Amino acid sequence: MLDHDQSKCQSLLGYLSDYVDGELDPELCSEIEQHLEGCHNCHIVVDTLRKTISLYHEILKDPADIPGGVRERLFRTLNLDDYTHH
Amino acid sequence: MSERKSEISVEELRAGNQAEFSHLVDEYSGPIYGLALRMLGNASDAEDILQNTFLKAYQHLKEFEGRSSLSTWLYRIASNEALMLIRKRRPEINFSEDLPEDDDIRDYSPAQFTDWCCLPEEEFLSAESRAALDKAVQHLPETLRIVFILRDIQGLSIQETSATLNLTETAVKTRLLRARLRLREELSSYYDQRLAKQAGKD
Repeated sequence: MLDHDQSKCQSLLGYLSDYVDGELDPELCSEIEQHLEGCHNCHIVVDTLRKTISLYHEILKDPADIPGGVRERLFRTLNLDDYTHH
Repeated sequence: MSERKSEISVEELRAGNQAEFSHLVDEYSGPIYGLALRMLGNASDAEDILQNTFLKAYQHLKEFEGRSSLSTWLYRIASNEALMLIRKRRPEINFSEDLPEDDDIRDYSPAQFTDWCCLPEEEFLSAESRAALDKAVQHLPETLRIVFILRDIQGLSIQETSATLNLTETAVKTRLLRARLRLREELSSYYDQRLAKQAGKD
């Protein structure tokens, strides 16, 4: 981003979330894509931003169940012992 | 959580049906525990948040008017509990970690330009990599952290996140972008080192 018009990179920064989520209007979208073709650094930023989001979603997504001991204590706290095995 | 098909009856819950309440707990305890774990960063605090969330839900069931979904309502209670605990723990001098009023997007300008997407998949799946992801989330200010967890980890929509946190959709999007940029920056530093190690091996 240092070897050319940085103001463009800067002005597009605010739209990157909507862009990677596919929620940007087509006009701005093609403006970003045009810029990405000529800006290596912004290209990397967009690719690694996408990767960051997908990693978090895939890797830290929670298991459906909580640990057994945690569930047991939760049911006890809520006076729901009778329903532990349901 | 929003993707689940819940057959829980609000009428039964409000009538004090304990079996129905236990279904509610089983359906939502996983996501609530996950949210708490990511917000607080340790299992003991996460368990406290989990218990307090359902205790409060039980106490306030009669006030639940169904204007939001049950999941939004539970997430709202859990988010408030988590934020309260974080703020209680913080020394008074740093009380507000909220975004400063003059917070500028330029403060989030990328500084790392390593392309680490090409790392082998097993690199991303390692325990060390997972710990780096966890640590990076912990480094976010809590006002960004909660938005990122709800939207990008738990998979709520912008609208659901906004309803949960009582923020405008614009505010949610603003915080989400900042959180994502910060995390990208931190992960870039981490994976840059991994790339260097790999290059050393070759």
